[in-house]
Amino acid sequence: MIRPGARIMVGGFGLAGYPELLVENLAACGVGDLTVISNDLGSPGVGLGKLLTNKQIRALIGNYYNWNPEVPEACFRGEIEVTLVPQGTFAEAIRAAGVGIPAFYTAASVGTDLARDKETKEFDGKTFVLERAIHADVALVKAHRADELGNLVYTKTARNFNPLMAMAATLTIAEVDDIVPVGSLDPECIVTPHIFVDILVRRD
Amino acid sequence: MQVIVPAEEAKVRIARRVAREFDEQKRSMVINLGVGIPTMVAGYIERHDIYIQAENGMLGVGPLAVGKEVNRQLINAGRQPVTETPGCCYFDSATSFGMIRGGHVDATVIGALQVDQEGSIANWIIPNGRQLGVGGAMDLVSGARQVVVAMQHNTRDGKPKLVKSCNLPITGFCEADMIVTELAVFHLGGSRLVLKEIAPEISLDTLVRLTEAEFIVCANLKTMSV
Repeated sequence: MIRPGARIMVGGFGLAGYPELLVENLAACGVGDLTVISNDLGSPGVGLGKLLTNKQIRALIGNYYNWNPEVPEACFRGEIEVTLVPQGTFAEAIRAAGVGIPAFYTAASVGTDLARDKETKEFDGKTFVLERAIHADVALVKAHRADELGNLVYTKTARNFNPLMAMAATLTIAEVDDIVPVGSLDPECIVTPHIFVDILVRRD
Repeated sequence: MQVIVPAEEAKVRIARRVAREFDEQKRSMVINLGVGIPTMVAGYIERHDIYIQAENGMLGVGPLAVGKEVNRQLINAGRQPVTETPGCCYFDSATSFGMIRGGHVDATVIGALQVDQEGSIANWIIPNGRQLGVGGAMDLVSGARQVVVAMQHNTRDGKPKLVKSCNLPITGFCEADMIVTELAVFHLGGSRLVLKEIAPEISLDTLVRLTEAEFIVCANLKTMSV
């Protein structure tokens, strides 16, 4: 389902809440020329870091790559293109894509290197920068538990970007630890409604 | 180079002084702590109604987890395993930065590479080809109600970090409200740097010599408690 050249979004913050099994499979199948949209890229050869070690990545859009020194090395050698986005802007841009908002204004990064060439506008005497929504072809997310419809619940700080990314892609694949019958999740506790989830993959 | 306060002692002094700043506020607060010295602040806060927010999606961060407490799905924004406090809650990253951008977080404590005399902060990158990451720093300095910079007064090789104008890439312009080092406490007032407290080991002349930024001295200058 992931073709060469695809834009893929992958949940997780560091090694918390990333879809380990889906990423392992992506690394094993070797599909290349990918644009990967994620907070970070794990560590060298670990998690999403494997995709870079395997040279499957063409471009990165994300926030923090200092945990994986292979990223700056590959970027400064010109092998990959990296777009850095402030973390809050990154989260909101993904949310925006999921909820039909093409762009939004934020005060974060105004005047800095990361706002270069971006439009700005004043509201009530303060300057804001225009940020575009970030959409993907496929989102790979990790949740703790799903019901058979695809309603998702998460665990602790493993939630992070997963519920946002589940909304922001054409196809969403959720990796879960457990799938339970419809009706057995407390409806008040469901974080991602099943409308956003297309495929469930259970870890064994 | 003359060492006035050894590095480890300096870090503890800075963290304690920042913690006292929050302890002395007569209200419940939500604060966000960056990596390094800012993380140490949590260990010195005495009040129980100061809640720590981690931008990766948690309000009510407890002490670092040890031994069996470690859960790789429960980390702070520096990827350290942490514990929960009673009443803690979790949320996604957009809600987390909504709290920050929306001005709901009372204060952020951050480290810095440089701060200039107008309160502009440089802390996200040294353009040396080895770093590539911004984290939540730009969102935090522009969104938190109060920005406290906690950093050592000079670099390891003795260069000033409090400068006239930052020459490293800026994280946020005119955003610092308070700067705490092991040698002094400054506030930003009307975009001017004001010296409020000075360490007992040094004279004002020495502080001026160690500080590139220009500052004015508060009429009621105090000695930093150490």
